[in-house]
Amino acid sequence: MGKKWFTTNTITLTFAVLGLIIFLFIIVPLIKMIIASDPKILLDTLLDPEVNGAIWLSLYAAIIATAVGFVLGVPLAYLLARVEFPGKQLVEGLIDVPIVVPHTAAGIALLFVFGRDFFAGKAFHFMGIDFVDSAAGIVIAMLFVSVPFLINSAKEGFRKVDVRLEKVSRTLGASPWQAFFRISLPLAWRSILAGSIMMWARGISEFGAVIILAYHPMVAPILILERFETYGLAYSQPVAALLIIICLFVFITLRTIAYRGVKI
Amino acid sequence: MIQIKNLCVGLGDFLLQDINLSVAEGEYFIILGPTGAGKTVLLESIAGLYPAKSGEIWLRGKEVTQLEPEKRSISIVYQDHALFPHLSVKDNIVFGLKLRKRTRQETEAALDWVAKLLGISHLLERKPNTLSGGERQKVALARALSIKPQVLLLDEPLSTLDPETREGVQKELRQLHNRLKVTTIHVTHDFEEAIALGDHIAVLGKGCIKQVGTPEQIFHQPNSEFVARFAMARNIFAGEVIDRGDGNTIFYTEDAELVVVTDLRGRLHASVRPEDILISPEPLHSSARNSFCGTITHIVDRGSTLYLTVNLPPDFICLVTRRSFEEMGLAVERKVHIIFKASAVHIF
Repeated sequence: MGKKWFTTNTITLTFAVLGLIIFLFIIVPLIKMIIASDPKILLDTLLDPEVNGAIWLSLYAAIIATAVGFVLGVPLAYLLARVEFPGKQLVEGLIDVPIVVPHTAAGIALLFVFGRDFFAGKAFHFMGIDFVDSAAGIVIAMLFVSVPFLINSAKEGFRKVDVRLEKVSRTLGASPWQAFFRISLPLAWRSILAGSIMMWARGISEFGAVIILAYHPMVAPILILERFETYGLAYSQPVAALLIIICLFVFITLRTIAYRGVKI
Repeated sequence: MIQIKNLCVGLGDFLLQDINLSVAEGEYFIILGPTGAGKTVLLESIAGLYPAKSGEIWLRGKEVTQLEPEKRSISIVYQDHALFPHLSVKDNIVFGLKLRKRTRQETEAALDWVAKLLGISHLLERKPNTLSGGERQKVALARALSIKPQVLLLDEPLSTLDPETREGVQKELRQLHNRLKVTTIHVTHDFEEAIALGDHIAVLGKGCIKQVGTPEQIFHQPNSEFVARFAMARNIFAGEVIDRGDGNTIFYTEDAELVVVTDLRGRLHASVRPEDILISPEPLHSSARNSFCGTITHIVDRGSTLYLTVNLPPDFICLVTRRSFEEMGLAVERKVHIIFKASAVHIF
């Protein structure tokens, strides 16, 4: 059943060649960067407190951003998948805006709300949280630019859950909360997890919005820029390679877990 | 048992209008209607899954119009069964029991009872996606019955099954109902299914109830063109299937004996499609086993085809093309012969 994958007709062949070019374009710089690195230098770089501090900060700030995005974004995703309300398309469109605006502009916009001179910034200041040049600033910058990935993925996940499954559960005695936690959430779980992984990965890689809110403490992408500008390519390369290796490792591991037992 | 008074339901711009129904305790009630008539919306309104715009729903003497579905104890089985794909068959069945915080023993006992009732004890550890259509149906029924519902709602339960499975499941539904006597409301677009299963039938069209009655009333005295269209498409008779000594299987109605081909026996229904009946002005020698003489009493002109009512008795509705009709010079009061094969009679 089905065609053999190597069936040669001109369209398959042409598309394969074009596809190969873009695939190599993506993969070659990454591989080159990794294999060009001297393992000794990589290890030294990892032990450099400034470097591993920056990498840890990137990882855990992105985890906190993802956690906040999960708690606030998954309910919104469920509403968008299930409830019709006026202006819904507008809301769905606006959620994608952080993806399309320049991230430096996003950072400046955030500064206008969470800076010390502005309402939200002042309110949080009284609670002891400042967003400028702080880990909290890094978290909201990451949250802003990466939460659309989680919301969209979770929304698609909930949409794929047949609404009649929830209805049946209601007739069997489930409250709306029980129907959500026992039926909809478990069934959309894979999409939510995939969205969370995307959000987290996008958060780690965020540069533009973070540099506006918090140059210090320094996350890994900013450290790479600083080393590049101050010392040149040779010194920024190991940090960059390290970050790519760590991201790839974590990303592949999580994806493997998320798609375990699923035929894609 | 269930009383629906002047129920109106809005769903976008579609409506159920002024629905009045009364279903007795222990009854097998059929809602019959074409696709898009609002049958599923009506079922979901009864279950509390659609809010009523106006009107009332009463359940065992209590008004439940505004009551949440989880407090009604009305189970529903959907057309595609809607089994929870992430749960095993067992966890699907005990879903409602767990929510009711029954003790372990009570849950186990109820699971055991319902699994044996439907003959699915061997499937309990399986996941829904590994089951056949018939098996899924039984699991969905088991899940619905596990909570001992006040009412069982069935949404086109037979329409996704292949014809062989279907006949069996239809019989099982009837037997199950005879055993449990749970009040059942069954929605279908299939007239024969409605006749075979229903104690009473309500015909639904475009969001309104067109007629309510016993199967006999619906097919002998349709009160409107809409209802008649369902019934007229077929010749349906109630009677009994018996083996006659000569090796033929005979369907006896009050007035006629039809030779049939079936493995079923007992009190059943027979139907003959109008287009399967041959009409001839003279007696015809053919291999067809059923040949009768009768009088044309009524003619309905549909353009290129005509429906003739031929009284033997009983009345048979036959379809002829205009060309045949004119060639034979047929008219009301003419005597004609009607002929059809034993295999053209569907027993159900």
